[in-house]
Amino acid sequence: MVLSAADRAAVRALWRKLGSNVGIYATEALERTFTAFPTTKTYFAHFDLSPGSAQVKAHGKKVADALTTAVAHMDDLPGALSALSDLHAHQLRVDPVNFKFLGHCLLVTLARHYPGDFGPAMHASLDKFLSHVISALASSYG
Amino acid sequence: MVHFTAEEKVAVVSLWARVNVELVGGEVLGRLLVVYPWTQRFFDSFGNLSSESAIMGNPKVKAHGKKVLTSFGNAVKHMDDLKDTFAELSELHCDKLHVDPENFKLLGNMISIVLATHFSKEFTPHMQAAWQKLTAAVANALAHKYH
Repeated sequence: MVLSAADRAAVRALWRKLGSNVGIYATEALERTFTAFPTTKTYFAHFDLSPGSAQVKAHGKKVADALTTAVAHMDDLPGALSALSDLHAHQLRVDPVNFKFLGHCLLVTLARHYPGDFGPAMHASLDKFLSHVISALASSYG
Repeated sequence: MVHFTAEEKVAVVSLWARVNVELVGGEVLGRLLVVYPWTQRFFDSFGNLSSESAIMGNPKVKAHGKKVLTSFGNAVKHMDDLKDTFAELSELHCDKLHVDPENFKLLGNMISIVLATHFSKEFTPHMQAAWQKLTAAVANALAHKYH
């Protein structure tokens, strides 16, 4: 499942379209993850997870920035995300299965907001991109 | 046994009433085959699956998608009794079709995503959660008779 040139172009184009809303969508994806996959909340026992939480918003912005970095470095995701991988593996110690839940909820969020752009080909490219991001994030584990 | 709250049942049933099973079924199965191309292994007899447009336009994909989603409608009617409802289908998928149950989870996720594209307003986090719970429970029920 290599990221083809077409996949990269599609992801970049969508990201340009999202513009400054990436933070809003990442926050929504986080809210959806906590609601649909309650086990993920175990990593955020110290957060206020009620709707509209400022902490979740701030965390959404962090996730958004990391994804934007990933979009800008699709040819070297392990390199670009190595610090984040170390953080998640050694300090936060998040089980990597949870990255998939967030990835899925991000797809649901984008599908909701951009149904016209989220055809099967775009969906496939985004899914592949997120799989690569998740792989890179999991690379420091074990 | 999975327990669905009254609110979850109302949410699922209300959205289901608005689903065009033929259209959504075709899209769900089509997207599965496009996004996870290895799932095409079960559909060698379906003809042209060589591109996204071939898959999404393939009449056998659409027909089979409709069949699969119609079966899902049965899940919506029997949310408290999924294991029994899907017992026969579970045996079929194991003994005759030899489908890895991982694929049921993938299909479940396609359902969430397609519903999100069609019902952006209604597909709130709580609605999504109810549907994720249902698709996961159906996946488990379908895997239950595997041996």
